[in-house]
Amino acid sequence: MNLIVSTISQGFIWSIMAIGLFITFRILDFPDMTVEGSFPLGAVTAVSLIQSGHSTLYSLLIAFIFGCLAGFATAFLYAKLNVPILLAGILTMTALYSINLRILGKANMSLTKSTNIFNQFGLDKLPTNFNGIILGIVIIALIIFLLIIFLNTEKGQAVIATGDNETMAASIGINTTVMKFIGLMVSNGIVALTGGLIAQQNGFADVNMGIGVIVIGLSAIIIGEVIYPDVPLSVRLITVVIGSIVYRLILMIVLQLGFNTNDLKLISAIILALCLALPTIRAQFLKTMRNGVKTK
Amino acid sequence: MKPLLEIKDAVKTIYNDDDNLNILNNINLTINPKDFLVVLGTNGAGKSTLLDAITGTNRLTSGQILLNGDDITSENLAKRSRHISRVYQDPKSGTAPRMTVAENLLLAKRRGLPRRLRLRKLKENMPEFKELISNLPTLDNRLNTFTEKLSGGQRQTLSFLMAIIQKPELLLLDEHTAALDPQTSKDLMELTNRIILEKELTCMMITHDLSDAMKYGNRLIVLKKGEIILDLNQEEKNKLTETDLLKYF
Repeated sequence: MNLIVSTISQGFIWSIMAIGLFITFRILDFPDMTVEGSFPLGAVTAVSLIQSGHSTLYSLLIAFIFGCLAGFATAFLYAKLNVPILLAGILTMTALYSINLRILGKANMSLTKSTNIFNQFGLDKLPTNFNGIILGIVIIALIIFLLIIFLNTEKGQAVIATGDNETMAASIGINTTVMKFIGLMVSNGIVALTGGLIAQQNGFADVNMGIGVIVIGLSAIIIGEVIYPDVPLSVRLITVVIGSIVYRLILMIVLQLGFNTNDLKLISAIILALCLALPTIRAQFLKTMRNGVKTK
Repeated sequence: MKPLLEIKDAVKTIYNDDDNLNILNNINLTINPKDFLVVLGTNGAGKSTLLDAITGTNRLTSGQILLNGDDITSENLAKRSRHISRVYQDPKSGTAPRMTVAENLLLAKRRGLPRRLRLRKLKENMPEFKELISNLPTLDNRLNTFTEKLSGGQRQTLSFLMAIIQKPELLLLDEHTAALDPQTSKDLMELTNRIILEKELTCMMITHDLSDAMKYGNRLIVLKKGEIILDLNQEEKNKLTETDLLKYF
């Protein structure tokens, strides 16, 4: 039971990162590799600040701001210098590796201080792992609420239109460059915030903890879409949370079956590949079934 | 009468290793308010490049574009969109597929205006949108439908409505009925003509359909290899037949 609660708790916290990724992947309609750099950026920033005596909330705020700056760098390469988005993300991600090492001063650092956001604000009085669930729900609710409000503003609609059809957006006077900057900055800010949270939950930050983060985020998004297809944008943000929890539960089941934890990234990639292929497999299956019925 | 649009000595050159090619070759064109100008020409004649130059999508190599006497040659696409709207040939180009019909119309209603961090006014605008599509059987009751669920004809009708919802000073139609089936094309062309006349719009329409070129508009030009080789007013146009026009291709 404790394992399931812990898995759900992780699903909630990791879904915050997936919501950030959703902004670029589904709203702006491009894959952003920056997240593999901005996630550890948030982690190393938060751990360094807490270790130097700053509050946990302040460390998360600075993590968010640094994430926004990482997004700004990618947006500048992509929207201003016309570097292809995949390459722009990889460039920023690579540069962030050195920056993260500079911030941390070494490859990894433990949170020696007992203070982290999971045992503050009365969360320490909750049963084991419930603190992650409660904190996750509060942060997710806040982020989804703010995102829904933003997406219903004129600027938010312009961001959606830019991702939906850039030619049309530009032709009605939307500054699509600015919209890409906004999307990439907010997205990476949220991803870095999650990095800060995960580092506090795990009790350490490591400059390599961003590897495979994009696969985790995409899995949550795709699983959510497979379970709940054709829902409005605001509901899709909630399906990302559900997708994240389901993904964590699948991983837990796979590990419980006796797979080696070293194979975790391989298993993650296979789960994502299966989810991506599911609509095609389903269509092929239905086609075969229909043809079978006709032949009979 | 003060001209609405003046294009002076417009040249657009494509630089190749072997040879430089003038897509637009010293174009001079004046469009007056309420003109409905039809543009004909073979593929590669420079028709769409001319529209690109007017909207700012593609800049001229040399020359000048004036709108209401103001030089807009160096203005960007966003600034020009306050005055100029365009409907593309491909029905998918003019709308946001994952947004509803009403959301698309609302976006277009603020064409060229800054997008602020304030809540959009979708509900307040619904009566106006309902009125706009009330006489269009293809879009009636579709305000809350996602655009990706619409047919090509419905999407193109929506693109057209988006182009005229905020009365443009100049409406550009880039073969906007070419990708549609004959009946849908005819319906959209009739709607286009009716609204242009009702709202007294100034319009520049590219078409490959000679009968549409003869039937609609009060002025006709033919482009060939980046040059205007024929420029007819209503009276001169009435004296021509489709067969006469074919000689210019």
